[in-house]
Amino acid sequence: MKEFEYRHLRDAYGEVLLELGEKYRDMVVLDADLSSSTRTARFGAKFPERFFNVGVSEQDLMSTAAGLAIGGKRPVVSTFAIFATGRAWEQIRQSIAYANVNVKIVASHGGVTVGEDGATHQMLEDFAIMRVLPNMRVLCPADYYETKVVVRKAFETEGPVYIRLSRAKFPVIFDEKHDFEIGRAQIIREGKDLTAVGVGITVYGLLQAAEELEKDGISIEIINSPSIKPLDGETIKKSAEKTGKVFTVEEHSVIGGLGSAIAEYLSQHYPVKMKIHGMKDVFGRSGTAMELLSYYKLDPTGIKEEILKFLESS
Amino acid sequence: MISEEEIRKLKKCAIRIRKHIVTMTGLAKSGHPGGSLSAADILTVLFFKKMRLKPEDPQWKERDIFILSKGHASPVLYAALAEAGFFPVEELKDFRKLRSHLQGHPDRLMTPGVEMSTGSLGQGLSVANGVALAFKLDKSPRKVYVLIGDGELQEGQIWEAAMTASHYKLDNLTAIIDYNGLQIDGPVSNVKEVAPVVEKWKAFGWETREINGHDYYQIIEALEWADSVKGKPAVIIAHTVKGKGISFMEGKVKFHGVPPSEEEMKAALKELEEQEKEIENEGV
Repeated sequence: MKEFEYRHLRDAYGEVLLELGEKYRDMVVLDADLSSSTRTARFGAKFPERFFNVGVSEQDLMSTAAGLAIGGKRPVVSTFAIFATGRAWEQIRQSIAYANVNVKIVASHGGVTVGEDGATHQMLEDFAIMRVLPNMRVLCPADYYETKVVVRKAFETEGPVYIRLSRAKFPVIFDEKHDFEIGRAQIIREGKDLTAVGVGITVYGLLQAAEELEKDGISIEIINSPSIKPLDGETIKKSAEKTGKVFTVEEHSVIGGLGSAIAEYLSQHYPVKMKIHGMKDVFGRSGTAMELLSYYKLDPTGIKEEILKFLESS
Repeated sequence: MISEEEIRKLKKCAIRIRKHIVTMTGLAKSGHPGGSLSAADILTVLFFKKMRLKPEDPQWKERDIFILSKGHASPVLYAALAEAGFFPVEELKDFRKLRSHLQGHPDRLMTPGVEMSTGSLGQGLSVANGVALAFKLDKSPRKVYVLIGDGELQEGQIWEAAMTASHYKLDNLTAIIDYNGLQIDGPVSNVKEVAPVVEKWKAFGWETREINGHDYYQIIEALEWADSVKGKPAVIIAHTVKGKGISFMEGKVKFHGVPPSEEEMKAALKELEEQEKEIENEGV
């Protein structure tokens, strides 16, 4: 398999915050005592008057951000995904989504790649519980470069957005020319036997698995879908019309995430045989990020196995 | 010094607001009259004496901000906004009805003058802090007011926000506690005691003042005192009576979330008419 450079998505986030902070003087950043982990600390050091650490109080964090938006600022809020979307879900629902205020929630530490901290800190349900909120957009970049463009585009879009980032370093699969639009998916590898849609770290897994499968004469079309909501159903449908089969994979529960969003779309517009791969209605556990990806079959080898099983059964 | 005539004007305005509260909840056959009536005098002073507002331009860039953290008291807010001219008084009769902009709980996107959507308790103080932080960044003289229920003090987020406000020295923010002593399930002291309220806020770094929340001189004076507090947020603990102004609703838990019946509505309006006459006679 090909060698990849590994970089933190949250480093890209920290760098984009500095760039946006320079450009937009009405931008403010909030954190809840995790600013060194989420990488908002760099913004805080450069623009201390526009950085607010509210301590370990995520509910207060979300509603305070809503208030800053009401007061005419453009807030970006960070903490770990579990605390952002779990602890403060109702504050996000009432004070951000229902009030439809211009708040960007950028959460680090999504998925099992949180690693050793274990299940309590591995958020596997955030796509589901953010996606279900009216007015909320849900994005998840696949690598360092995609993070930059996703955060920029989200910031420059009015209204509530949730972005999931990760703790672990991810393989770099794109470059600085990589582009992204909210609501758009991209075919990043063409194929004819199967449509495989991934998000986040699993896009790398799919790319690697597809290389291997090609050796066995299996041709996989890969779609990168960082915009979980709004979903680019049309691009996925067109690919499904060509291949007749859709495999989805995400570092998230198989319930309610990207796979579910695609199933909701295709079942109504182009019913097709599907396999939703992800965390199979289980909590995670401790281990290194890479061990966990392998354990839950979300690494290239695991994804390849799951694809083969799907192809054999369909 | 405020004139007696001005106080009488405010009192008459509060009576109109109380009439609206009774009528709105009565017609809607739902809503929360008790905690609306307890806050009527406070909102009257805020909306008709204290805050800088332009009802003809709800988005006016220099206006003060009021957030009703106890969102279930929407009738008192809607009545004050309508009386102030944010929308026609006639629209109040459609409160809680399908196609009305007057939702059961305040909605900032639907109702002119509503600054924040509230209803789920405990979030308004954090929101108010955020607005106050924004105004500080802008070095703006605009002020932020937030009304919090006493039962609402049982929400943990209130105390998270209380710490944030004192940490960031939000002296452009005034919180007012509508301390009517009753919540849906009964007296606050029975359900889960929130006392000692003054000591709690002091311990969280706030300047405090206790007043009778139905005494106009005290309300006005306390709001002036809050302006004078520097380097700290200020909280006014307003002792109030749930259902205030209507004899058979005063101090009754039932009227937290139960509207007056048709007969009760008539009787309540009659009482309020009499109070109105009394105030007019005082002025003669």
